Amino acid sequence: MTPLAIDVEGLTKRFSGRAVVDKVSLKVPAGEVWGFLGPNGSGKTTTIRMLCGLLKPDGGRGTCLGLDILAEADAIKRQVGYMTQRFSFYEDLTVRENLDFVARLYALPDRRRQVEATMDRVGLASRRSQLAGSLSGGWKQRLALAACMMHAPKLLLLDEPTAGVDPQARREFWAEIHALARDGVTVLVSTHYMDEAERCDRIAYIAYGRLLAVGTVKEVVAGADLSTWIATGPGRDDVARRLARVPGVATAVFGPSLHVSATDPTVLRRAIEPFRGDPRLAWREAEPSLEDVFIHLIESATAAREKAA
Amino acid sequence: MLSVVARVVAMTIKELIQLRRDRLTFGMILGVPVMQLLIFGYAINADPKQLPTVLISQDRGQIERNIVGALERSGYFRIVAQVSGETEAERLVAEGAAAFVVTIPDRFTRDLLRGERPQLLIEADATDPAATSNAVAALSQLPRTALRHDLPGLVAEPGFEVVIHRRYNPEGLSAYNIVPGLLGVILTMTMVLMTSLAVTRETERGTMENLLAMPLNPAEVMAGKVLPYIVIGYIQVAVVLLAARFLFQVPMLGSLGLLTVALLAFLLANLAVGLTFSAIARNQLQAMQMTFFFFLPSILLSGFMFPFRGMPG
Ligand SMILES: Nc1ncnc2c1ncn2[C@@H]1O[C@H](COP(=O)(O)OP(=O)(O)O)[C@@H](O)[C@H]1O
Ligand SMILES: [Mg+2]
Repeated sequence: MTPLAIDVEGLTKRFSGRAVVDKVSLKVPAGEVWGFLGPNGSGKTTTIRMLCGLLKPDGGRGTCLGLDILAEADAIKRQVGYMTQRFSFYEDLTVRENLDFVARLYALPDRRRQVEATMDRVGLASRRSQLAGSLSGGWKQRLALAACMMHAPKLLLLDEPTAGVDPQARREFWAEIHALARDGVTVLVSTHYMDEAERCDRIAYIAYGRLLAVGTVKEVVAGADLSTWIATGPGRDDVARRLARVPGVATAVFGPSLHVSATDPTVLRRAIEPFRGDPRLAWREAEPSLEDVFIHLIESATAAREKAA
Repeated sequence: MLSVVARVVAMTIKELIQLRRDRLTFGMILGVPVMQLLIFGYAINADPKQLPTVLISQDRGQIERNIVGALERSGYFRIVAQVSGETEAERLVAEGAAAFVVTIPDRFTRDLLRGERPQLLIEADATDPAATSNAVAALSQLPRTALRHDLPGLVAEPGFEVVIHRRYNPEGLSAYNIVPGLLGVILTMTMVLMTSLAVTRETERGTMENLLAMPLNPAEVMAGKVLPYIVIGYIQVAVVLLAARFLFQVPMLGSLGLLTVALLAFLLANLAVGLTFSAIARNQLQAMQMTFFFFLPSILLSGFMFPFRGMPG
């Protein structure tokens, strides 16, 4: 069995009494690429901060790279690479100065050569003297990745690294991630992009601080046990509006199509029955997409919370 | 025309909402005037009275009592000690316990009655000319007011002569007071401001999160922040001292070594204040406002702007 790069159980964090991360358990085998998905404010950043020793959990325990997240936070900081949500390096320092600063902090041997090698590898060599603040979004992201990679961490925690980056740069970024994984690096990357989720070995979906689904994309989709119908045509917005209040049914509009999903096929059938005869719409049953599953998960989580409140 | 009004009103409403949200700025708007009122009302007096005065009298008697009475009646002098010798008086002035030394020489009464116009010696601590100038001006009245009641007609006007020595600063140059004082002002200003901004900048730009995720503990971050400003502080000191010497002809008489050591304590104290602000401030604007809030009373009450002797003990 491969060792676990992340092995945490019951991780909990409260901010002013509110559980922002609620009993999260994760077992990430070394060398895998994991996607961490969930709506804004669901606790992704907070979870990642606890994993890299920045934030002390209020409950739960576990290890990162075999180091205890409570007792060995300092050792974790030295061995883990963490890319924060905002590209945070010094905008008034040049590319080379930024990397040099990081290299000094980690006390890397042969610092100069390492900095040069890093710049060469990520293609920043020709921009070495450019101020980091004047780089375009894609290059900033590369610099941030390079900075958290320089000390050759075995575990990378990347918090929304591709937010606001163009598709070309995203593709190159993912090529780099997979190259790292081939070298044995474990990667946990939070994202809002479905196509990025599909590039991961496994995904974890979090909402309201709780993990709602974990597994491969196939497993997550299958695990939701969802039935989905797709309606295409100009009447889709009306249908979406009228189905919005039906309990147990989730809707999502994708371009010309409306996806309607529910766990109970009879509930679904009954819900869409009144609209089946609409001549403007063409209906067909389909495999639920990952996004359908996420929408369903968040809607049932929201409904459960509202019931509890 | 109407749309101009609408747009200005929209801007104004937005500003007011933001202002209300920014508690610190709001507090400053109210706090600064209140603080200034209190300081100017209670603590600052540009015409200090009741200045501590030491008396050396070698001629006890009625005339002495008259002179002391006249000095105290002027409102500017308060006899705090009567000593027998120069050295004792010298020590009190050097320590700052006294601002004036009044010496009534031997045979003062005899010379006065003989009409020989004896001299009354008054030495003033003139390091801060502004603090003592009014008192010194009041001395010109002394020969007349001192003898008015008890010896009318007995002595010829003006009776005696007042000799004034301005100690430490015979020409009464304000540069002697202002230039060294500026050292403190400049250091306080830059040290507190620079450190409070330096740390807040990291939090504001999100780089603090990065720093703390790297093998670097908060104490090391602080030390690295403070160190450059200590060096800058000493550079500022060197610049001010050189300017004092060569531009303003203010000599440096004390021990440079002692100054260097004492400055370290002063710099560290200011840097600590700056770091404290940076820990409280959420952005650089707030850090600047806090610095201002600290700087204002400290400069007003430092004796640099207004005489220290005028402040309530
Ligand atoms: N330092 C903090 N103090 C108080 N609340 C916080 C803090 N950090 C995060 N939160 C709250 O915790 C929740 C989860 O935040 P976060 O982990 O950043 O979510 P995500 O990264 O998934 O968008 C949010 O509601 C956020 O407001
Ligand atoms: Mg986040």
